[in-house]
Amino acid sequence: MNGGKNGAAMSPRAVVWARRRRALARTWRDYRRQRGGMVGLILLGAIVLAAIGAPLLADGSGLSVTEATGGRMEPPSARFPLGTDEVGRSILTLTIWGARLSLLIGLTATVVAIVIGTLIGVTSGHIGGWYGWVALRVSDWFMVLPSLVVAIALLAVMGRSAVTTVVVIAIVSWSGTARLVRAQTLTVRARPYLERARVLGAGHWHLMTRHILPNVLPLVLASATLLVPSAILMESSLAWLGLGDPNIVSWGSVLNRAWRNGAVSAQAWWYLLPPGLAILVVVAAFMMCGRALEAVFNPRLRGGGR
Amino acid sequence: MTDSSPSADRDRQAPSADPPERRTGRITTGFGRYLLKHVGGAAVSLLLVLFSSFFIFRLVAGDPIDQLTRERPVTPEQREAMRAELGLDQPMWNQFIDYLTGTLTGDFGTSFQYRRPIFDLIVERLPATLLLSGTGVVLAVLLGFWIGSRAGWRQGSRFDRTQVTTGLLLYSAPTFWLGMIAILVFARSLELFPVNGMRSPGTPDDFLSQAVDIGHHLVLPVLTYTAVVYAGYLMVMRSSILDERGSDYLTTARAKGLRDDDVRRRHAVPNALLPTITLVFLAIGNIVNGAIVTETVFSWPGLGRLFVQSIFYPDRPMLQALFVLFSSTTIVAVLCAEILYWFLDPRIRRAS
Repeated sequence: MNGGKNGAAMSPRAVVWARRRRALARTWRDYRRQRGGMVGLILLGAIVLAAIGAPLLADGSGLSVTEATGGRMEPPSARFPLGTDEVGRSILTLTIWGARLSLLIGLTATVVAIVIGTLIGVTSGHIGGWYGWVALRVSDWFMVLPSLVVAIALLAVMGRSAVTTVVVIAIVSWSGTARLVRAQTLTVRARPYLERARVLGAGHWHLMTRHILPNVLPLVLASATLLVPSAILMESSLAWLGLGDPNIVSWGSVLNRAWRNGAVSAQAWWYLLPPGLAILVVVAAFMMCGRALEAVFNPRLRGGGR
Repeated sequence: MTDSSPSADRDRQAPSADPPERRTGRITTGFGRYLLKHVGGAAVSLLLVLFSSFFIFRLVAGDPIDQLTRERPVTPEQREAMRAELGLDQPMWNQFIDYLTGTLTGDFGTSFQYRRPIFDLIVERLPATLLLSGTGVVLAVLLGFWIGSRAGWRQGSRFDRTQVTTGLLLYSAPTFWLGMIAILVFARSLELFPVNGMRSPGTPDDFLSQAVDIGHHLVLPVLTYTAVVYAGYLMVMRSSILDERGSDYLTTARAKGLRDDDVRRRHAVPNALLPTITLVFLAIGNIVNGAIVTETVFSWPGLGRLFVQSIFYPDRPMLQALFVLFSSTTIVAVLCAEILYWFLDPRIRRAS
């Protein structure tokens, strides 16, 4: 709370950073009041820790098909707390290691989508003209297309690997961010301080990176928390359909193996429940965080009456 | 998210006060321009779909002759004959023209896996898809809107909190997983419903037994589909009601002494429905492709399953045709929503 009076003595950069720190602290204070958001955050923290610490929690050699030690689809026992799959690997090990790829692909795809969306959104909003019009049309087009259909079609022709999965998910999910950023850019552009900067001789690059982007980014990050769960769901659907990287273990690919090897008719519930519940919990946790952030930025959504 | 475009556009347009005597004339010309703009946009989008479908499936993917002949040895002459038969010996530009005229006249070519006209196959599979996703979408929209309007009206109440939590949890569940669990529990373990497919063999031919049999097969897929998507409609309706809740016209309605239920049903809900129209039309457009995963889990003989099967064959003409079909239905549905907004939302008329 030391902005106003001694602001004159500080360098402009320090003033800006002090203001940003205060805004962040305020956001965090509001966020902490959202119970669902805190629950989601704690759940996410636990899952991310488990994913990072997977080698400590479960031996990585348990993923090898040839070195599997259990029997075919054994029910849970003391040795295999969540039972085994069709070649005798521990489901617990598969679920813990599956967290790595599922989270990694979901997060990377979101980051790529956000970068593309922000780039196109800021440039189309700021530069406008023909370029802006075309960019708007293209993002509209991507928004209307059925994303799973496009993703399946692209994966079918591009080949199945973790990288193509990331690329394909990013391709079908950048458009929402682009629209959001474009709208926000247009409102920011109309503010007087931008006119002042322009009059002082600021170029497009300076305006976009120093004035527009910092104003747009918080909104982008908030919307990103809602993009991650849909990316994770998309990855799991693609992997379950058999379009995932055949060499990696993700929750979707584990469920694909379960499906193909008749876990449903064998009623091997221990094979189906853990990976599916893991997807559900991660997606729900991200959505809780996203909703809490939305409520922080948009007080209308907060509980209680007017 | 998906519904943001039209509402955002409407917010930006300030209502202008036209002199009433001139308004009629301007509405007609305004509608013409509005229609032209949106129909033109949709036409460009459709053209883009045709282009991208050709590009993705013909230029990016490999040689279809290799895929077609992988199981038997062929002489170079036979290969050439096949190329000529499929029109692959033509220059790319001619192929594109053929593809364009074919697609626009409903001639999608011959399926690689069934060796039959694709048009016939699509017509054959369409009813199953319409039945499953159509029922699912109607149920999901009704359920979502009903719960959403009540939850939003009493924001923060116990009803609101439990409904939002339940909806979001189901929304977070992967469809295929929910389907597998449903099969395991209700079809395998409890044996209440058939495991998969749409008909069981040996059902009598009369209409009633057939309908009962299909209905019996329909229960699990529809419930799975509805359970996963209804929360989307719930959240949109809820937030739309939240937008309306503090409006002056509701205060007026209350001041007239209307019961709270009537204020909600007759005053708040009709207005709150407005921003959800795009979403509903998008859902209608997605009926054709909306159940790819559900159809695959339950081996439902519809278009979605056909699409997935065609990937693994790979049946390129089929993929191409379904891609165009799936994409164009959503584009047309969104166009319908935009045209409908003209008649439902006076703010758009005034802005033009």
